[in-house]
Amino acid sequence: MNPVPPPGYYQTLIADDPFWLTLIKVLVIFVLLMLVTLFMIWFERRVVGRMQQRPGPNWNGPFGLLQSLADGLKLAFKEDIRPVLADKAVFFIAPVLSVVPAFVAWSVIPLGPQVSIFGEQTALQLTDLPVGVLVVLACSSIGVYGIVLAGWASGSPYPLLGSLRSAAQVISYELALGLSIIAVVLYSGSLSTADIVSAQEGGWYIWLLPVSFVIFAVSMVGETNRAPFDLPEAESELVGGFHTEYSSLKFALFFLAEYVNMVTLSAVATTLFLGGWRAPWPLSLWAGANEGWWPLLWFFGKTLAFLFVYVWLRGTLPRQRYDQFMRLGWKLLIPISLLWVVLVATLRVLRSELTTGQILIVGGVVLVLLVGAALLIPDQAPPEEDPEPPVVADYPVPPLDLAVPPTPKRRRRAVAGSREKQKDSEPVGAGTGQDAEPAGAGPSKGDR
Amino acid sequence: MSALLASAAPMTGGGEMSTGESVVFWILGPVALAGGLGMIFSRNAVHSALWLVLTMLSLGVLYMVQQAPFLGFTQIIVYTGAIMMLFVFVLMMVGRDASDSVVEVLRGQRLAAAVLGVGLGGLAVAAVAETLTTVGPVGLGPGYGPEARGNVQALGTSIFRDYLLPFELTSALLITAAVGAMVYTFAGQARRKQASQRERVVERLRGPLAGYGSRSGPGVFATADSVATPALLPDGSVAPASLSQIIESTRRERLDADIADVQSQSGPAGEVDARALRGGDGDGHGAGSTHDRLSEGEHEGEGAR
Repeated sequence: MNPVPPPGYYQTLIADDPFWLTLIKVLVIFVLLMLVTLFMIWFERRVVGRMQQRPGPNWNGPFGLLQSLADGLKLAFKEDIRPVLADKAVFFIAPVLSVVPAFVAWSVIPLGPQVSIFGEQTALQLTDLPVGVLVVLACSSIGVYGIVLAGWASGSPYPLLGSLRSAAQVISYELALGLSIIAVVLYSGSLSTADIVSAQEGGWYIWLLPVSFVIFAVSMVGETNRAPFDLPEAESELVGGFHTEYSSLKFALFFLAEYVNMVTLSAVATTLFLGGWRAPWPLSLWAGANEGWWPLLWFFGKTLAFLFVYVWLRGTLPRQRYDQFMRLGWKLLIPISLLWVVLVATLRVLRSELTTGQILIVGGVVLVLLVGAALLIPDQAPPEEDPEPPVVADYPVPPLDLAVPPTPKRRRRAVAGSREKQKDSEPVGAGTGQDAEPAGAGPSKGDR
Repeated sequence: MSALLASAAPMTGGGEMSTGESVVFWILGPVALAGGLGMIFSRNAVHSALWLVLTMLSLGVLYMVQQAPFLGFTQIIVYTGAIMMLFVFVLMMVGRDASDSVVEVLRGQRLAAAVLGVGLGGLAVAAVAETLTTVGPVGLGPGYGPEARGNVQALGTSIFRDYLLPFELTSALLITAAVGAMVYTFAGQARRKQASQRERVVERLRGPLAGYGSRSGPGVFATADSVATPALLPDGSVAPASLSQIIESTRRERLDADIADVQSQSGPAGEVDARALRGGDGDGHGAGSTHDRLSEGEHEGEGAR
């Protein structure tokens, strides 16, 4: 196994790149992301199709692989419509604002270790900044402007609602996302993505920081507006959400941004928690697995696993209600990540100042105290169970001894006149008593 | 692109300005200035906010080029990503056509604002001029700090070791402000208990208003929810709108031929076997329901008219 390079090694390595090499890297990343987007659309449709027991697109090209290319070309040639009430400049800028940051975020993602390209030693990464992780966060926070402005500039209510939701959603989930990264940074001692990958040489952070990983994974889905958190474009509530009024290439740009964002955050999750381009366990026994061009394979394999989970979630979970979604973010994810960061930081300090034996003793004492305290808590009295309504075929039915209450007097006088007129058609039954109540009270009570 | 520029700019520790840095400055300086001017002169509030976003982004990139990547990205994340997003959020809630009133509410406000603005500008120019002439740049580049580990680590050491107490005081102040805002928001509102979905279902099915199936709309006096029962108006008469048109049209238009057919088969009129009606296409299961509808429709016709 080759020795781990010191922090900042890749940074200096990449800083030496000649201009043509940087240009090649930019071009490759751009083309790669376009191709991955086309692939992802096909992949999503195929996988969801399999989950719903239908073939999915299988007609154009081998396995239907060219379907998304055909769709994209068709989209580009469609009529570009701009609503009369739209704000011209902002309506045009919004899709661009949502696409560009999605691509920029890829500049800091390490795809592989040191390689030789045309005799030039470099790393498979466009640039390595000492604050690489922050670049990803900054890009996602700029990307939201695209969505928010698109909704506002369309000049129609549904997109505006979608963009308001999106603004609130992304601000909330970015907090959880940032907090989950803190623990990783604490352990790796660097914000640089290449250094974080180097720091996972001994073991991936998913094993060391499982809580951070779960929180990152959940807020990653919220951050990319994907099901079950795709509230800004909830079809059942907001038609299309923020992109309702968009068509042709502008719509295609939003589509592109969504998929690139998905790939970006999957790649970031791979980098932060799954060891980046490092080979998984049985393969890592082979010394050459982490050298040369092989790591590209491991990296994209892990990223594809995340992307599959994205599709899996979409095929499985129904969309969350907005208040449930906000409650999950603010009342569960953020407090848990705060506690977790405090715990990790405390452990880090203890590790540097105490020996393992001392930590075990203190931890054991704390555990015993906690268990003792838990035993002191009195048992909760069992709640009084009301008799459940009898259930026939999983649906509650009225009790068998249902007595129909008499019609109230006030109503009887008013109804009496008409009842004489139509004695024959009046069905008398269980419904009579129930509906004698004030009719307006029923539905409104049920709705609250 | 910003990341590219930051990495392309060579790490200089001193005060001299590299070519890349000056190119970036002469591009971003005018852009930032244009953003500021655009913010002031825009008619639309959201456009003003967007111009300000442009200025902030330019400032962030300028920080990066000046060997302060952490500050630059924090500027973008915090100011552009969070604070300006909140501004835009509020402005969008206000409405897209809301514009400022140009009526001067406070007497002499514009004059005072002009004087103070010029004074502030003078102060800023004087401060910058002083900085440019007498104070030299210190602590840029990766070689800075106690262990020479670069900008980010040095910043961390400063904030969390040297100036820990002021930092904690600031955070306490911010938290107090946040809690105060929440207290003002929720003051005077009784805490409403949110019923769970199960509780609401149980209440609907078993509570005081228990009723199975859909209920009549508000303002309708009905003795049953059946479509066959006409609704009654407050004076007791039948509401014409509650009578189903479908039932009548079924009888008159689609079944006339059938009735004639049956009558011709069963002899003298009056002894019609209603169960022999086929109803439209004459499929098996439709016969019973057709019979029901027919008889109900006739009843209704009698009752209502």
